[in-house]
Amino acid sequence: MADKMDLLDVEVWDGNMAASQAMRQAQIDVVAAYPITPSTPVVENYGMFEANGYIDGVFVMVESEHAAMSACIGAAAAGGRVATATSSQGFALMVETLYQASGMRLPIILNVVNRALAAPLNVNGDHSDMYLGRDSGWIQFNAYNAQDAYDLNLIAFKVAEDHKVRLPAMIHQDGFMTSHTAEGVHTLSDETAYKFIGDYKPMNAMLDFEKPATYGVQTEEDWHFEHKSRQHNDLMTKVNPVIQEVFDAFEKETGRKFDFVTNHKLDDADVAIVAMGTTVDTAMMVADQLRAEGKKVGVLGLRVIRPFPFEKLAAALSNVKAVCCMDRSAPGGTVGMLYNEICGAMYNSGNHPVITGYVYGLGGRDMTVEYLKGIFADGQANADAGKATTSLQQFIGVRGPKLSFL
Amino acid sequence: MANKGWDEFDAGAILFTFNEKVDNIATTLAEDRPYSPSSSFTASVGDWRIEKPIFNKDYCIDCQFCWIYCPDVSIIARDKKMIGIDFDHCKGCGICVEVCPTNPKSLLMFTEHLDDDACLAGWPEKDEKEK
Repeated sequence: MADKMDLLDVEVWDGNMAASQAMRQAQIDVVAAYPITPSTPVVENYGMFEANGYIDGVFVMVESEHAAMSACIGAAAAGGRVATATSSQGFALMVETLYQASGMRLPIILNVVNRALAAPLNVNGDHSDMYLGRDSGWIQFNAYNAQDAYDLNLIAFKVAEDHKVRLPAMIHQDGFMTSHTAEGVHTLSDETAYKFIGDYKPMNAMLDFEKPATYGVQTEEDWHFEHKSRQHNDLMTKVNPVIQEVFDAFEKETGRKFDFVTNHKLDDADVAIVAMGTTVDTAMMVADQLRAEGKKVGVLGLRVIRPFPFEKLAAALSNVKAVCCMDRSAPGGTVGMLYNEICGAMYNSGNHPVITGYVYGLGGRDMTVEYLKGIFADGQANADAGKATTSLQQFIGVRGPKLSFL
Repeated sequence: MANKGWDEFDAGAILFTFNEKVDNIATTLAEDRPYSPSSSFTASVGDWRIEKPIFNKDYCIDCQFCWIYCPDVSIIARDKKMIGIDFDHCKGCGICVEVCPTNPKSLLMFTEHLDDDACLAGWPEKDEKEK
């Protein structure tokens, strides 16, 4: 039996350690992992816990991220609680198996410490890998800081393993900015954390010898569409009620409240910045500064990326006059994902704010207070004019001549 | 199988081998197991075979090599006696012929369309050079 770890009420952890500790407390059966910056410490810490007697489960060292997720899929199909972590190129190598995991409805937990995608090679944080996974059929939770990374890991196990859901889930945190920044993190005791997640309840376990199941079947044009439709239906209708239940249970346990979108002073705001990751925390601080100057600004943080919370997002933005969408990923020949999704969410919502998009922070470039103030000012100008006063897509923080499109 | 709608499947495109819970499966003969319609046991999946193994019981010593090595469980044996081949599942890989130790072999590959009796009638003699 694994040793319990005595934790202080507040520990000084970075985002990686926060994720490792939540994984330890979940009493996972199998972790199969291959290290890659900046997520390496998630599994390195976990391996240390195992070596020091704090883990009962199996830690499998594999030869690649493709193998890591493949081993996780096998273990999850066999009927165990499973998790791993990755970043960037490793995530890209995992993509083929991500679709296998969600298609087989295996509740694997994946910590994605977000990092840029090569070329050019870069180890720092942006959301390129997160965007690469957005059609893979996984649930995607978004952490703004180390506390979120800890909390959302506990939440993700409980959501993913619910028999109404049975889908894998990612917890995203910003590479280095969250993963390597030490912060005070409010903890749960090992007993409380495990009790919150609950025992793993197998469903259709492949290694149930009384009722063996075949996983990974082939379906052609006469069957495939029905299976994918079932999966999409469950993502669209079954997942969010369970997430809400688990958010409520988590608030009851800890006092920390999560919602599908973080609504920071939007109710009477003219201008909203919509962002993900560490930029949400920075933008909220900037909004507070501007509020002190009498400016009606607010911030929407996207907490649940998939399933995309269309109604919650549209409701939170129902009174704003301008929305500035912050995409930390090179959009590859179109608008950013957030810009696209938010236009889609607002078009039939009854409120038609002026919506503009900003591409920023690629490869770990800082998103500063000054940039955010400039974006709020752009938004205010749009709100006042009732139309876009800038190009619809601007690049922020890049050297050279001003870059904007559309 | 009926053409089910999207809402009639088990999540994850999972197929169950048996219609009901089973126990002592290892001691239950295949034909007595409650295989489900989604198990390939009830389906004919040998139609892409172009060469077939023919069994000649005159030379068989019931060593069970073919039964052990067959990758598709297509050698039918009862009470450790070789009976024949399950042509609904045999893919014609020829491994059973390769591992057969008798002289002449008790299993040989023939083109799929040849008549079984004709194959047996033309069975080779013992090879005296082979010791």
